[in-house]
Amino acid sequence: MWKTIVRRVLVMIPQLFVLSMLVFIMAKFMPGDPFTGLITPQTDPNRLEEMRQAAGFYDPWYIQYWHWVTNALHGDFGDSYSFKVSVASLIGERGMNTLWLSLLSVILVYLIAIPLGVLAGRYQNSFLDKSVVLYSFISYAIPTFVLSLIFLFIFGYQLEWFPTSGTVDVKYDPGTFDYFWNKFYHLLLPAITYALLGTTGVIQYLRSEIIDAKTQDYVKTARSKGIPMRKVYSRHIFRNSLLPIAAFLGFTITGLLGGSVFIETIFGYPGMGQLFIQAIMARDYSVITTLVMLFGFLTLLGSLLSDIIMSIVDPRIRID
Amino acid sequence: MQKIQERTIELDGTPATGFRVIWREFKKDKIAMISLILLFVVIFGVLIWAPFIDQEKLMKISLLDEFAEPGTNGFILGADQGGSDVLGQLIIGARNSLVIAVIITLITGVSGIAIGIITGYYGGLIDNIFMRIIDFFMTLPTLMIIIVFVTLVPKYNVTSFILIMSLFLWVGTARLVRSKALSESRRDYVNASKTMGTSDFAIMFKGIMPNLSSILIVEMTLNFAGNVGIETGLSFLGFGLPPSTPSLGTLVSYASNPTVLSEKWWVWLPASILILVLMLGINYVGQALRRSADVKQRLG
Repeated sequence: MWKTIVRRVLVMIPQLFVLSMLVFIMAKFMPGDPFTGLITPQTDPNRLEEMRQAAGFYDPWYIQYWHWVTNALHGDFGDSYSFKVSVASLIGERGMNTLWLSLLSVILVYLIAIPLGVLAGRYQNSFLDKSVVLYSFISYAIPTFVLSLIFLFIFGYQLEWFPTSGTVDVKYDPGTFDYFWNKFYHLLLPAITYALLGTTGVIQYLRSEIIDAKTQDYVKTARSKGIPMRKVYSRHIFRNSLLPIAAFLGFTITGLLGGSVFIETIFGYPGMGQLFIQAIMARDYSVITTLVMLFGFLTLLGSLLSDIIMSIVDPRIRID
Repeated sequence: MQKIQERTIELDGTPATGFRVIWREFKKDKIAMISLILLFVVIFGVLIWAPFIDQEKLMKISLLDEFAEPGTNGFILGADQGGSDVLGQLIIGARNSLVIAVIITLITGVSGIAIGIITGYYGGLIDNIFMRIIDFFMTLPTLMIIIVFVTLVPKYNVTSFILIMSLFLWVGTARLVRSKALSESRRDYVNASKTMGTSDFAIMFKGIMPNLSSILIVEMTLNFAGNVGIETGLSFLGFGLPPSTPSLGTLVSYASNPTVLSEKWWVWLPASILILVLMLGINYVGQALRRSADVKQRLG
């Protein structure tokens, strides 16, 4: 197993290298330089030129690339000129928000998807099964931003069940129970929207897995030993079908990151997705490049995680 | 009498092929049939109606009609912030979104199929190189990179938008086609063609491709739905079609103003519903096509 994991991690290194090259080239094409944001009418052009030279602006590209990579590995991603703080602390703060949102969404995804998938597979072709298939089809087809807007309109503005933006109301003190509850309350609507859209893969996978398992030999054996069907489902089929679902975790997280741009923008939730759009609008390039790099890295990490879980769960995968 | 009976038996005996299978599948599935009819009505309605709308007159700002409610001042669906007719924008936007999604689907479809078949057929080094490239594209945060590209292009217009989108969206098709072509090119008929001296090009595009056609049609349909979704989504964020070419997403994006979202629902809701209907319709038709392409899943 360790061999598989090490090999999988080694495959990731060239991918990261190419990604960083791509991001670096993109950054080079962006107009201006890190000091453009600092220019005011009082700025002395000579002073600016000195700063550029000191920062290695006129070095050949491979030296600049090397500086960028080594700085990034030390956690130095430069400063954001529109937010006036270092990119690392900015992303740290926003990243926590996105992390909470993703965490709650993932929990909700599995809470919705596992019962639906299991029941649909167990009672195949029943009314319930057909409804679940229809639901998973609809949730696959609906674009994130349309559902988010409609939910925000209905539950946020018309029914006023949920707050319409932000992470927490200012009137609460950090650390109190009310503060956490209020924070959770702000998370709920975006997370539900997320979860309703994110269940498709898990439901379909679980459903087909259970339908397949029904005809497997181990189920027949269990039945012929006289184990009631109810127990066969809960003890045998469910366990066998559930393990591969764990492997979906990596991809689910990746999917959530991609959707966060829409969800966070619409629900006014200050996470990394919203930060990305704000940075693009403000042409804050140091933030943009760091975010693209980070999202690419997390995507790679997600697929790595899925592969590793899969190789732990299913020994057949380790062979090749 | 005898003859007629024989002929009917013969007809029953031959399995339905091509469009007859698809037709039978749609006749069995009511929702798919409704989706298909609805799609035809929407697409042709929009395409025929759009040229009759005067875009300059439509976008002219008239403050008197600001946020006119549906049904007043001759606005069937009301007016937006600039007093422009929402219905007219809806038709023009839907036309633009659909046409651009079709173009992107065709570009990504043709390049994806060509690359997929070539890599699947030759295998070996070419396959290895392209698979690494495809793997790399799969791990990119596509949406963000498209947005960055859109903001970087100096003279940004519809053509550059289509090219940027196509650059990142051919990958899925290529991957699917490659895996199918790989197993297809180990078949006997391909070997037979090779021994007869048929050129590789002819085997790939006259032999293998027609055998994959059903999968390709399904893939293109589902891609079309996906492209409508991505384009409207990007336009919603403000990084899709340029302002001179309004899209359905542009109309929805007026909802980023909380007042419009909560009180002037007629500005953004019709476009959102139209996107929903299009996405569900195209996907449903795609699913029905997929079932008719796979003998095991057919309903009829």
